[in-house]
Amino acid sequence: MKTINKLFILSISLLSVFASCKKEKKEPVFDDKDLAPLSIEFDNIVGGKNLILNSETYTNAAGEDYKISLLEYYISNIKVRKADGTEYVVPQDNSYFLIKEGDEDHEEALVNVPEGDYTSLAFTVGIDSLRSTMDVSKRTGVLDPASPENDGLYWGWNSGYIFFKMEGTSSAAPVDGSGQHIFRYHIGGFGGYSSPTINNIKTITLDLTERGPALVRKDKKSNIHLMVDIDKVLSGATTVSIAANPSVMFSDYSVNIANNYATMFRHDHTENE
Amino acid sequence: MKIKSIIIFTLCVSMLIVAACHKDAPEKVEIPFQGFETPSNFPAPAYHFETNEITKAGFELGRKLFYDPILSRNNTISCGSCHIQSAGFTHHGHDISHGIDDRLGKRNAPAIMNLAWSKSFMADGGIFDLDLQPIAPITTFEEMDETMQHVIEKLQQHKDYPALFQNAFGSSTITSANFLKALSQFMLMCISSNSKYDSIMRNEGPAFTAAEQEGYSIYKQKCSQCHTEPLFSDNSFRNNGIGIGYNGDVGRYAVTLDEADKYKFKVPSLRNLQYTSPYMHDGRFYTLDAVLDQYVNHVTAMPTLDSLLQQNNVYGIPLTMDEKTKILAFLNTLNDKHFVTNPILAEQ
Repeated sequence: MKTINKLFILSISLLSVFASCKKEKKEPVFDDKDLAPLSIEFDNIVGGKNLILNSETYTNAAGEDYKISLLEYYISNIKVRKADGTEYVVPQDNSYFLIKEGDEDHEEALVNVPEGDYTSLAFTVGIDSLRSTMDVSKRTGVLDPASPENDGLYWGWNSGYIFFKMEGTSSAAPVDGSGQHIFRYHIGGFGGYSSPTINNIKTITLDLTERGPALVRKDKKSNIHLMVDIDKVLSGATTVSIAANPSVMFSDYSVNIANNYATMFRHDHTENE
Repeated sequence: MKIKSIIIFTLCVSMLIVAACHKDAPEKVEIPFQGFETPSNFPAPAYHFETNEITKAGFELGRKLFYDPILSRNNTISCGSCHIQSAGFTHHGHDISHGIDDRLGKRNAPAIMNLAWSKSFMADGGIFDLDLQPIAPITTFEEMDETMQHVIEKLQQHKDYPALFQNAFGSSTITSANFLKALSQFMLMCISSNSKYDSIMRNEGPAFTAAEQEGYSIYKQKCSQCHTEPLFSDNSFRNNGIGIGYNGDVGRYAVTLDEADKYKFKVPSLRNLQYTSPYMHDGRFYTLDAVLDQYVNHVTAMPTLDSLLQQNNVYGIPLTMDEKTKILAFLNTLNDKHFVTNPILAEQ
C-alpha cells in the first residue's frame, strides 16, 4: 500500500515535470508569414584541423602536399523540414550566399524561416539552372558579375557561375607561366542552356536529429553549425592527383571533383540560444 | 553722321559674326528615333524585348558605351575598336583581333548585326543572352582585360554617365543590369535589312540581274540549308570541313563537352561579305574566291564533318567556274551600304 502510494506520488510528480517540460518547449504554430532568423555556419576544416589559408600544409589521399590560398563556394536554395514533414523553402531571391574562407562577412548563410523545430536542412552547392539563365536584372548581390561580393565567380565566355573555387600551391603541381606551382579548381556547369552538358549542381540534405535540431524562435538565435571538410575535395570517391590534374575548370573531369565535394558537409551541432 | 555709320558698320559686322557663328555650328540634322522595327521580310525577333524595351535614351547611352574605351582596363579599347561599322561591325583585315596591349585573341571578331534574331552568341554559342554578352570581351585577358566591378565604378564616377543612366533607366546609380541592357539596346538596333536583296524581297522596285538571279537559284540549291534566308544563317553549329586551325580551337565542344560538337562553329551570315573579310572563325580566308575554292576542292574528312558536305561519297560542294561567278554576283546583292554608313549607328 505504501509502495503504491509512493509510486502514485512519483508518477504524479513525473507527469507534472513532463507537462512543464512540454510547456516550456512547446513548438509554435507553423506560420510562413511570420518569420524568425536562422543561421547556417560553414566551418571549413581539413581532416581534423581548422583550415588556415596560405600557411598550413595538408596532404591529400594521393600523398601530395598542398596549401590552400583561396576557397569560395556558393550555397543556395535553402530548405528546412520539421519531423512531421512540414517544409519551408526560403524564397529564392533571398537564398544565395557565397562562402569565402578568411572573410568574416561570408562564413554563414542567414535566412528567415517560420518559428519551429527543424530536424532536416537541405541546400544547393552552386547556382540552380533557373537562376543561371534568368534575366540579368535578377542577378543581384553575390550573383552580380559586377559586385565585389561576386569576386569573379562567373564565366563570361560560357555564361554561367563558378560554383566552387579552390586554388593553392603544391610541390606536385607543375610550374606555371608565373613560375609557381599552383593548382586551380574552378568548378561549375548548370547543365547547359540549349544543349545539355555537365551538371555539377549538388543538393545536400543533412539530418539534424542526432546532433541537435534547430529550434527557431523570434527571441532566440539558432545557428546550425556545419563542419566542411575540404580534405574531401581531393580525397573522396575519386582520388584527385594535383600532379595529374593541376587545373580543372569546365571539363568532364570536374564532375569527379564536384562529386567529391558533395560529401564534405556534416552537421556538428546546433546552437539554440 | 560718321558716328552713325560706325554704329551701322559695327552692327552689320556683329550681325555677320553672329550669322557666321551660327553657320559654323550647324544644327545637327535630327533623325527621328524609330525604335526597333522588324523588317517586313524578317521573322519575329528572338530577343526578350519585354525585359528591355528600347528607348531613345537607352539606345544613345548604349551607343556611347559601345564607342567608349572606358570599358577596357587602361581606357584604350572600345567595343568599336574591333567592331567597326564600315567593316560591317567586324575587324576588317584582321584574321584574329588584337585587343588591349596588342594582345591577340584566338578568333575573328564576329559581326554586330541582326543580333535580335540570334539565339546564341560567339562562334561557339557559349553565351545565350545578348545581355550577358559584353561581359566576355570586357573581362577577357586578350580583349579589354577589365573587371565588371571596375567598369561600373569608372562609369559611376564619370561626369556624364550617371545623368545618362538616370535619363535612360530612371536611376543615376549604375547597375550591371542597366549597363548591359543599354549595350544591348544599341546592338539590337544594328539591323542590316537594306541590301538590294531585301529591296527585291520587299518588292520595292529593284530586280536581280540575270547573273544574280541564276546565282540566287544556285544559292538556294547548294548553300541555303545552312545559310538560311533571310538572315542567311540557321544559327546552328556545324563543322564545315575547313580542318583544325593552327590553335586547335575545338569550337562548340568547349561549351557542350560533347564529342559530336568538336570543331563545330556557328554558321555565319552571308550578309555584308564585301565589308567583312577575312572569313571563317579564325579569319583564315581573305577572299570569297578562296572560300568557294575551299568548299569545292578542300573539304576535309573529319568525324564531325557536316553531313551536307559529304553526299554521295563526294566531299564538299561541286561548283563550276560559271556557278561560282553567279554565286558571287548573288552574294553581292546582300551587301547593305545603308547599314555600314547609317549615321545613327556611328560614333557621335
